[in-house]
Amino acid sequence: MAGHQTYEEQKALVFRGLMILGAVTIVEVAVALLAKGHVVPSIRFTEGFGHYLYMMLMIGFSIFKAYFIVFYFMHMAYEVRGLALSVLLPTTLLIWAIIAFFQEGSSWGARREQIKEKNEEAVRPAPAGKPQGYVIPGTMKG
Amino acid sequence: MADTSVAHAHEAHGHGEEPQLWEGGKEPFKASYGKLMMWYFLVSDAFTFAGFLIAYGALRFSTPTWPEPDFVFASFPFVHAHWPLIFVTFMTFVLIFSSVTMVRAVQEGHRENRRGVVFWMFLTILGGATFLGSQAYEWTTLIVAENMTVKQNPFGRHIADGIYLNDDGTEAKKEDGSVDAFEKGHSYLLHMHPVQQADGTMKDEFIQRKLKYTTGAYAGQTGVQELGPKAFGALFFFITGFHGFHVFSGVLFLTIIMINAASGVYAARKNGYEMVEKIGLYWHFVDLVWVFVFLVFYLL
Repeated sequence: MAGHQTYEEQKALVFRGLMILGAVTIVEVAVALLAKGHVVPSIRFTEGFGHYLYMMLMIGFSIFKAYFIVFYFMHMAYEVRGLALSVLLPTTLLIWAIIAFFQEGSSWGARREQIKEKNEEAVRPAPAGKPQGYVIPGTMKG
Repeated sequence: MADTSVAHAHEAHGHGEEPQLWEGGKEPFKASYGKLMMWYFLVSDAFTFAGFLIAYGALRFSTPTWPEPDFVFASFPFVHAHWPLIFVTFMTFVLIFSSVTMVRAVQEGHRENRRGVVFWMFLTILGGATFLGSQAYEWTTLIVAENMTVKQNPFGRHIADGIYLNDDGTEAKKEDGSVDAFEKGHSYLLHMHPVQQADGTMKDEFIQRKLKYTTGAYAGQTGVQELGPKAFGALFFFITGFHGFHVFSGVLFLTIIMINAASGVYAARKNGYEMVEKIGLYWHFVDLVWVFVFLVFYLL
């Protein structure tokens, strides 16, 4: 709890939070509409480096909003260091999850044709009369 | 082990010393058990949501096309216009406002101001209910008007430049006589229309225009407007539904805690309305998740 702040300071923080989160959201949507060509049709950031830059900017804004909510609205800034670390450090595991699963998704996307071919591949029929795989001794008849 | 530690604790009390860390006398993180466990629940919930959103990203990378959010999410109540992202921006603001009123409720709780807590919690509940109503509108539009379900997604995108064809295979013309062409990446929404079946009954089917690609690896190939990737519908309803369910249960708990606060349950505990602080953490978390749902579904 924010015991060291006066009541007036606390109320001011809430108003500032509203302004900051509102402003970031408006900027996000404005940039999104601009980048997708809804403001000036000739300006678009939907391909190549421009798109990459746009995505990085959006992710940056979102992480800033998340930081502000966690640290000031949820009061993480005023908690003991150990509590903050025990909550925040595990989330860094997600960095690897993002890298690994996006790599997996891209690879899947790049191999769609190959996967389709493999799925449709006909299985060679087994030679008649010969048991397939491992047979538990004594269970075969004849 | 248990015996020795109990004996040790008794000894400590017997000598009038301060209870040791981890023996129940002190709060290791200067936070109560309930608050700490709320934080750890939120960590686990964050991983659940992260798993869903990362799955969205992985599936999106795995398909050649993916619906454009500013094309899919462009409806607004009472307005028959294409207003991309405006309604979800409104929903975002509703959640931000309800987060702010929640902070105020927690602050009034620390001052042991019962009326203040109830007032700000009530506004928070109104915000949550408004958000749920908005989501109901969004879902209704997608399901009823645009025929998107968990199993079908009529929002498609062209994989290459090309031209539309008439049913007989000739080049389609626009009303002014020019060639009816489309560009790579262009979005379309397939509409349903009743079509007579072989047994004489009528059944709604998607109208998929014939087309011919003119550039790239697909040049010269003909086809029809395909439905968009199925996964989009399933992911959208599942993830926003899971978030909406969090909002819904948050509204329920806020209501219970507001009634308790009004009846003086927490005033009697003299702990600065800690229960309001705990539900506050949950409520801010719901807003936090929305930041990323908003990013992944609507902005990227």
